[in-house]
Amino acid sequence: MKKVKVDPKGVLTGSHYIDGDYAIAEGGLAAGCRFFAGYPITPSTETAERFSERIPHVGGVFIQMEDELGSIAAMIGAVWGGKKTMTVTSGPGFSLMMENIGLACMMEIPLVIANVQRGGPSTGLPTLTGQQDMMQAKWGSHGDYEIIALSPDSPQECFDLTIEAFNLSETYRVPVFVMTDECVGHMHEKVVIPPAEEIEVVERKWYEGPKDKYLPYKLDKDGIPFMVKAGDGYRFHTTGLTRDERGYPVINAECQSVVVPHLVDKIINNADKIIMLEEDEIDGAEIVVISYGITSRVAIRAVQQARKAGIKVGTLRLKTVWPFPEKRIKQLARKIKAFVVPEINYGQIVLEVERCAAGKAPAFHVPHCGGWVHDPNDILKVIKEAAK
Amino acid sequence: MVYFGDVKPIKGKIHIKKDQCKGCAFCVEYCPKDVLEMSEEFNVKGYHPPFVKDEDACLYCQLCETICPEFAIFVTIKEEEEEGEKGESRP
Amino acid sequence: MKKEDRLESKNPMEGFLRMDRIPHIWCPGCGIGTVVTSFTEALKKSKLDLDKVAVVSGIGCTGRVAGYVKLDSFHTTHGRAVPFATGLKLANPDLKVVVFSGDGDIFGIGGNHFIHAARRNMDILIICVNNFNYAMTGGQVAATTPMEANASTAPYGNFEFAFSLPYLAEAAGATYVARWTSLHLRRVTKSIQEALAKPGFSLIEVITPCVTLYARRNRLGDGLNLLKYYYDKSVIEHGADTRTLDISYQGKLVVGKFVDKEKPTFLDRMNEHMTKILGDKYVKYGE
Ligand SMILES: Cc1ncc(C[n+]2csc(CCOP(=O)(O)OP(=O)(O)O)c2C)c(N)n1
Ligand code: SF4
Ligand code: SF4
Ligand code: SF4
Ligand SMILES: [Mg+2]
Repeated sequence: MKKVKVDPKGVLTGSHYIDGDYAIAEGGLAAGCRFFAGYPITPSTETAERFSERIPHVGGVFIQMEDELGSIAAMIGAVWGGKKTMTVTSGPGFSLMMENIGLACMMEIPLVIANVQRGGPSTGLPTLTGQQDMMQAKWGSHGDYEIIALSPDSPQECFDLTIEAFNLSETYRVPVFVMTDECVGHMHEKVVIPPAEEIEVVERKWYEGPKDKYLPYKLDKDGIPFMVKAGDGYRFHTTGLTRDERGYPVINAECQSVVVPHLVDKIINNADKIIMLEEDEIDGAEIVVISYGITSRVAIRAVQQARKAGIKVGTLRLKTVWPFPEKRIKQLARKIKAFVVPEINYGQIVLEVERCAAGKAPAFHVPHCGGWVHDPNDILKVIKEAAK
Repeated sequence: MVYFGDVKPIKGKIHIKKDQCKGCAFCVEYCPKDVLEMSEEFNVKGYHPPFVKDEDACLYCQLCETICPEFAIFVTIKEEEEEGEKGESRP
Repeated sequence: MKKEDRLESKNPMEGFLRMDRIPHIWCPGCGIGTVVTSFTEALKKSKLDLDKVAVVSGIGCTGRVAGYVKLDSFHTTHGRAVPFATGLKLANPDLKVVVFSGDGDIFGIGGNHFIHAARRNMDILIICVNNFNYAMTGGQVAATTPMEANASTAPYGNFEFAFSLPYLAEAAGATYVARWTSLHLRRVTKSIQEALAKPGFSLIEVITPCVTLYARRNRLGDGLNLLKYYYDKSVIEHGADTRTLDISYQGKLVVGKFVDKEKPTFLDRMNEHMTKILGDKYVKYGE
C-alpha cells in the first residue's frame, strides 16, 4: 500500500459551515476523485450538485447519467480508464445499482458510493431519514462477496470517512459505501478541511512489471491483484464471469472455489485493519449501546440519563459497519449483561449483534420505522429494561 | 510496379486450420473460383472441414478468410520464384 | 520452404484475437465470427494504435466478442456496455472505445443508455449484431424481432412492433449510422473504418444469422441459407430516410450508410462551454 500526497487542486482547505452531503463531495474531491457519475435523488442530490459546481475548477468529469444503472456502470468503466470515482444516491437508486455492485466486486473495482438513506420501502419517505439499507449494503447484490461500509455521524465525519472510503477501496480493490442518512446529510455543521500537505491517500496498486506478463487477477503477496488502465498497452481482458488469473472466463466449480473465497477473504482476513469503532465507558459496563450514524447522536442523551439513573452504560459506535466487528462483540458479550441496539429500521444490525453475541448476552432492539430519529426516552426505556 | 503483359497473376496459398473449423461451408460456397470443397473427413470436434480442390485457381481474393466465422482459413501469397519479390532481378 | 512454414503457422488474426481462446463458443454457421473478422479488417486498415482501442460488450452471444479480441476488452453486465463505455471513454479520452454487443443487450435492456449516449454524442462506436432475438438465452422475442416471426416466448408469432435501429439512432442524435448484413463483408469493414475515424456517436447494425435459434424456429434453413437470404433480401440505399427502414418478416432489408454528419462530441461541448462560461478558471479536461 503506497501513500501519496493529494492533488491540492481538490482540497478546499479551511473551516466551512456545510452539510453532510457537501462534505461528502469535498471528501471525494480531496481524496482525488475526478469522475462523478450520478443521478438526482433526495436526500443525496446536494453532493452531486456540489461536485458539478466544483469539478470544472479542479479538472475532471461530472456526468449526470440517465439512471443509477448507468451511473455505476460508467464508474466501473472510468476506473478502468484510470480514474478515482464516486457517486451518491439513496434507497431507490441504491437498489438499481445492485447488479453492477456485483460486477464491481467481481472485477475488483475500487469505487465509492455514498448512500444518504431515507425511509423505505419503495419511494417511501423521500425527504425523511432512515437507516434501512444497512443489510442491503451487505447483501444487496446476488452471490457471495464482501464489501466495506462506513457510517459517519456528522458532516465532519462525512468528509473524513469519504477520504477513508477511497483509501480502503484502493487498498482492497473493493466498492466502499458511505452509509449516512438524511439527518446527517442535511445537517449543517463546522467542517474543517486540512491543508493538502496534511492529507495522504492510498495510491492505486499499479502494476509495473513487463507488459506481456500482466495477469489481471494474479494475487500479490498481500492478496490483492495489481491494476492497470486501458490504453497502456496491456491488452487485458476482464469479465463478470467467474474467471482465472488472466481474467478469462472459466465456468466451473474449481475456478469458483478460488474466486469466491478470495473476494470474501481479502476483506474478512483484514477486518481488524479495516474496522473503526468508537467506544465510551465500556470497561465495567453492564449495558452496551451499539449504534451508528445519526442514531448514535440521539442515543447519547438516553445513555446520559441512564447513567444518571445509576446504570452502567457503555457505548460502541460503528464507524465501520461492514465488515462487522464480530470479534469485539463476542468479547463484550462475555462480560456484559445486554446490548441495546437502536437503529432507524425494524431490525437489521441488531441481527448481527445477536449472531455475534451467540446467546452470551441478549440484544435488545429499539426499532424505528423511519421519518424521524428516535425519541431518546424510547431508547432509555429499553436500556432500563435490559438492565433489569 | 508490375505492368500489363508482364503480369503474373497473384496466386494464393490456402491454409486451413482443420481443427478450428466448424464445417459451415461459407468458404466453399462463396469462393468465386470453386477452389474449396467440403471433405468427408472429421476433425477433432467431429465437423467436416473443407479441403483445397484446385489451388491453382485461387485468386488470393481472401474472401474465404473474411467470411469464415471461425478464423480457420487464411490465404497467403504464393511465391513461385523467391527473387521475384525482391525486385533485384528487375531493372 | 521455411517461409511457408512461418506463414502456415501464423494466422493473420493472431495480432487481433486471443488465439488461446479459439475455438470460440459460437455455433457452427453463426455469423458473429464473420462480423468480428470484418471488425479486425477495419482495425488493420484504420492504422489505429491497437493499444488505444478498447472493446466493451454486454451479455449475450455477441457479448462474448470482448473475450476474444486482443485489445483492452471488457465483458460487462447485460445492457450496461454503453454506460460502461461512456465512463471508460471519459476517463481516458485517448481511447477509441467500441461497444460490440447484441440487439437485446443494446436496444432491449440497455435501450435507455443507447439513446442518451447518442443524445450526448458520446464518442463511441456501437457495433450491434442484430440477430432478431435473444439468442444466448434460447431465442426469445426481442425489441428487434420482426412482426410475425416466431420466438421461444412468441410461439404463435410476434405481434409487437419492432424498433428500427437506424431510425432510433438518428432521432437520438447519432452522427454516423449504417446497416449491413454480415455477408456484406467489405462494406461492414468500410463502415467500421469510417466510424473509427470519426469522432462522435456511431451505430453500425449488422444483420447476422442466428442459425441455431432464429433460423430454426422460423424454418429459414442453416447458416448458409440464412446468410444468403438476408443478403438477397437486401437493397443498398445510401442516405435512405431512416423513417423508412422498418424490417418486416419476409420483406426487403434496406442497407447502406444513412447518416454521416458532423457534431461536437460530449467532451468537445464540455470544454467549449465551460471555457466560455468560466474562462481561465476552467481546468480543461482531456487535452
Ligand atoms: C439482468 C439480466 N437479465 C437477463 C439476463 C439473461 N440474458 C443473458 S443474454 C440475454 C439476451 C442477449 O440477447 P442479445 O443481446 O440480442 O445477444 P445475442 O445472444 O442475441 O447475441 C439475456 C436475456 C442477464 N444476463 N442479465
Ligand atoms: S482466396 Fe478467394 S479464390 Fe482463393 S480460395 Fe479463398 S475465396 Fe477462393
Ligand atoms: S468457413 Fe471456416 S468454419 Fe466454415 S467451413 Fe470454411 S473453414 Fe470451416
Ligand atoms: S445461438 Fe445463435 S447467435 Fe448464439 S452462437 Fe448460436 S447461432 Fe450464434
Ligand atoms: Mg440478439
